[in-house]
Amino acid sequence: MQKRKEIAVAFEGVCKKFPPNILANDYISFEVEKGTILAILGENGAGKTTLMNILYGLYQPDEGKILIKGKPVQISSPQKAIELGIGMVHQNFKLVETNSVIENIILGLSSVPFFEPVRKIQKKIEEMSKRYGLKIDLAAKIWQLSAAEQQCVEILKALYRQPEIIIWDEPTSVLTPKEVNDLFLVLRKMKEEDKTCLFITHKLKEVMEISDQVTILRKGKVVGNLITCQTTIEELAQKMIGQKISFSFSKKKEKLTEKGEIVLRMKEVDALGDRRLMALKNISFEVHQGEIVGLAGVTGNGQRELAETIIGLRQVGKGKISINGVDITNSSPREIAQQGVAYIPEDRQFALVSLMSIAENFRLRDYNKLPFAKGLWFDWNIVLEHAHQMIDTYNILPPLPQMPVRLLSGGNRQRVILAREFVQNPKLIIASNPTAGLDVGGAETIFQLFLEMQQKGAGILLISGDLDEILVLADTILVIFRGEIIGRKKGKEEGWTEKDRTDLGLMMGGVKLESEVKNSV
Amino acid sequence: MFKIKLNIEPRLLPSAGAILSVSFFALAIALLAASLIFLTYDIKPVEAYRLFFKGAFGSWYAISETIKRTIPLLLTGIGLAFSFKASVWNIGAEGQILLGAIFGSWIALFSGIPAPFLLIAMFAFGFLGGAVWALVAAVLRSKLAVNEIITSLMLNYVAANIVLYLIHGPWKGQGARGFAYTDTFPESAWLGTIGSTRIPYATLIIGIIIALICYLLISRTTLGYEIRVVGNSIRTARLVGINDFKIALLAMFVSGGLAGLAGVGEVSGIHHLLRHPSHISLGYGYTAIIVAWLARNNPLAVILTAFFFGALVSGGDALRVSLGIPFQLVYVLNGLILFSLIASERLTSYKLSFQRKNEKERR
Amino acid sequence: MDLEFWIVTTLNRALAYGTPILLATLGEIYAERSGVLNLGVEGMMILGAFFAFCTTFFTANPWLGVLIGALVAGLASLLHAFLSITLRVNQIISGLALTMLGLGISGTLGRGWEGKILESTIASVEIDYLSKIPILGPILFTNQNSLVHLSILIAFGLWFLLFKTRIGISIRAVGENPAAADVMGINVWKIRYLCVFLGGLLAGLAGSYLSVAYQPAWASGMTAGMGWLAVALTIFAFWNPLLGMVGAFLFGALYHLSFRLQNWVAPEILNSLPYLFPIVVLIIVARFASKKRIGAPAVLGQPYKRGE
Repeated sequence: MQKRKEIAVAFEGVCKKFPPNILANDYISFEVEKGTILAILGENGAGKTTLMNILYGLYQPDEGKILIKGKPVQISSPQKAIELGIGMVHQNFKLVETNSVIENIILGLSSVPFFEPVRKIQKKIEEMSKRYGLKIDLAAKIWQLSAAEQQCVEILKALYRQPEIIIWDEPTSVLTPKEVNDLFLVLRKMKEEDKTCLFITHKLKEVMEISDQVTILRKGKVVGNLITCQTTIEELAQKMIGQKISFSFSKKKEKLTEKGEIVLRMKEVDALGDRRLMALKNISFEVHQGEIVGLAGVTGNGQRELAETIIGLRQVGKGKISINGVDITNSSPREIAQQGVAYIPEDRQFALVSLMSIAENFRLRDYNKLPFAKGLWFDWNIVLEHAHQMIDTYNILPPLPQMPVRLLSGGNRQRVILAREFVQNPKLIIASNPTAGLDVGGAETIFQLFLEMQQKGAGILLISGDLDEILVLADTILVIFRGEIIGRKKGKEEGWTEKDRTDLGLMMGGVKLESEVKNSV
Repeated sequence: MFKIKLNIEPRLLPSAGAILSVSFFALAIALLAASLIFLTYDIKPVEAYRLFFKGAFGSWYAISETIKRTIPLLLTGIGLAFSFKASVWNIGAEGQILLGAIFGSWIALFSGIPAPFLLIAMFAFGFLGGAVWALVAAVLRSKLAVNEIITSLMLNYVAANIVLYLIHGPWKGQGARGFAYTDTFPESAWLGTIGSTRIPYATLIIGIIIALICYLLISRTTLGYEIRVVGNSIRTARLVGINDFKIALLAMFVSGGLAGLAGVGEVSGIHHLLRHPSHISLGYGYTAIIVAWLARNNPLAVILTAFFFGALVSGGDALRVSLGIPFQLVYVLNGLILFSLIASERLTSYKLSFQRKNEKERR
Repeated sequence: MDLEFWIVTTLNRALAYGTPILLATLGEIYAERSGVLNLGVEGMMILGAFFAFCTTFFTANPWLGVLIGALVAGLASLLHAFLSITLRVNQIISGLALTMLGLGISGTLGRGWEGKILESTIASVEIDYLSKIPILGPILFTNQNSLVHLSILIAFGLWFLLFKTRIGISIRAVGENPAAADVMGINVWKIRYLCVFLGGLLAGLAGSYLSVAYQPAWASGMTAGMGWLAVALTIFAFWNPLLGMVGAFLFGALYHLSFRLQNWVAPEILNSLPYLFPIVVLIIVARFASKKRIGAPAVLGQPYKRGE
């Protein structure tokens, strides 16, 4: 007879909406058995982090209930969550860099002694770290530690508060494969101690390796609740990226003509990330004139660093980047822009001067060129005239050139950026998550603008975590995972198929497909 | 049980009515507090205010005193507005004024430059003196990422000590007994004044012209554009290839130079010699920060705010003379007005509301 | 002149003169450690000086005067705290306004008080047995004010509090990564208010010392820039109370020496040194410390809002 399973956590109809109209969690319901490891799988925007933040008391649900050990609870703050026995190991470490390890572990605890808490707690922490196999120098300051070691501190911090339920938010993103194995040992120890683990990830292999069960989220809804040993990696991938494209927009299927000249060539590019880890390894690909190349991948796998190397904001360690045949490796942003490169960054604040007006933002790239400026002086009349034209063409509301840009809505701000960049008639466009935060209508107008530029012969590198967006626009698709190009797909006349979709899902989840490795662009 | 929670949410476009009413409210608080001080002196507040206004505006003499004090605030304020536009926080104007005064004094006393060129040389070198002093902090910021607030602030004290050293030591005047000061400047180094007032017209006119120039520079030129981009976000500036280091250096150079001009203006137009630093800079360097801030870093608006604070100072002086209230009252008013205004600025760009907190909502 | 005598006298006077700076610096260290830049120290000090003098004059109780002086300054600091922490305004401007206000109020109310004599003050003492200790005795316990002793104890106490207690960990966390502290349940705003208030109390205490113990006298503007010096020394001390003590007494020694050495070295040069030291420190910090992370609290001067 089977032991009756004890449910540690249950979600019933949890909803969470963010203004203006983003439905992050859409009636989420599922249960987690005590003493198991549940993987929560999904791509960007699936709602996993939001849900876990609700569980940890950082957000409040708009609707629905959460039950801990069968009892409904209100988790109004992280302290309450800790009281209920919930701990969290965050993806972005919440550590105080100049404090020591132990000082971080006991931060905010009133149960430690007031005087000399560090000295008195030392033994206990040592013992705990031995028990879980987390080897770190307890006297060290956080800034002295590597990413994996810092994560150990995060883990000890959570464990010290003796949780029954532990949330792990994308914990392997900063770890080497060996360190991932060490982490899994810790997770298995948790299981031995009958603790429950909720493991957020987008990496399919990890799900298969460590979890007992997996809940898949997509666009805020639960699309699957599977027992890991009874499913396959393909099924997971399919569920993760879904069946239907959410956009009704479809590109006119054109005859694939001969490819134009090469606009962007990346050759064996290596680059370091912010934390002295390798962010990019051996990146090689090309973008042709009139081609849209989609770079798919879950955010955090090197996309930002890749865009920065092309734009000139990040040093390249090895390899070459050339635009229109000109080697621009490690050139300055201005020189690169002069080669006819437009950049639509993910962070819109970065691309706009928020205090300035629409008209002035239009001129960010060419403010000191004729006809807008003669020598030192702006010609305001011409600037305004131009601004009116661009506002018309790109449908920017409100149509007031003098309006400060910070008062515009997200979609309109994006259109200001696009207007400014496209009006230069760029030969290469690098766009990073261009429709993030926009509703479907807003996104589709952006698509239209991109296609117009493609018609004009521009080569476009579309970097996006939204596979749907890529499937709508791209002619060729690359997938990036952990800083490497893990797969490529060439477009066919009929467009993208279901198999393509599944393959891409697998690749985004980290699975190398033999069939695709042979393809070259 | 209910708890009241103070909710502060950003309001995107504060209405003109909101701004005005909050500003008046702020000023009212300042006036109320000042009234309390008057009462401790057994003076009727109304009487005090009457004298205050008379002292600032009530006669030609009063107005000239106001304008006299406006000039250094104007010059320094424009420079600071320029610097703050680039988000370079020059707190060292007080010291830069003194350096201008030092350089100007040297030219006046020791350079031997003949009459027609003496004044011009004084002003040129005064500008240079203030600019160079500011550059010290600027270079440290650009090359070593050292915070310019602290460095420029510390340099104020070093500057004051340099003045003290000079007037007690190598530049000590012949007739000085007790208080130290240098010899009086030759008459060719004196700024002409308007009629019998003590307003040096040269610096007044220069100030207004510079305000205009700076305004045009910032709003109508490519350089001004670059400054504003840098002031808004260094990342964005670097993305489009603007050299933010050069802009920061330029901003400090100009603001230091203008403060230096103010310093020369004081020694050549009012004192005609170099004396104790606090009598020369009179805290103008710090007041000018408020002047610039109040004008929202707009050089033209600085004309108005400088005048406002000039009036405050001369009104306060009148109270000292007629009622025996110490000069420091002006500082009280300055401080209160500033507090009220920054608090109210926050209140207009945000919407304050009180929310009932029940158990569910509590975070 | 006997060298030993000379050294001992210098150190004795260094402690006496350095004490108000020490107190003010300790206060600013705490405020800045919690992430709030308070440029109003000068104003708070002089407020403390005046109100301590006043109270002592009326009540003939110097200790009460000291207490009142500290409290008034503390209350004044709350104004800056409210604007900086709750309303999140620009901390530089707010601090400058506080200084102006403090100088103004004390100068305005204090006119006419100059020249008044206090009947009872906190006088210097000589402690019998302790003053016989070689070297330390004559420096610390002969002809030395009890507030000096108190200040040294406060310095050690505050060092201990900051580095060896539970609340010290929280304070440092709030100044480095307030978001992390917030998530762990620490009330960031409360800690900041407390630290700024403590800064105010200590600055007031410093001023009180000047008007009720050291001089003792009242004169408008008597703090003579000591408040700004405290801001400078906070950096020189690398935000550590013990180093702050070293810096404050070092400055005290320099000040004393500037009188003694007047014939050889211009006093203005020695007086400039305390203002140049912090610049040197900042350069060192910028150049080398980014690796060792011994610089300013990471979020110094930045208001905290949840969710940013």
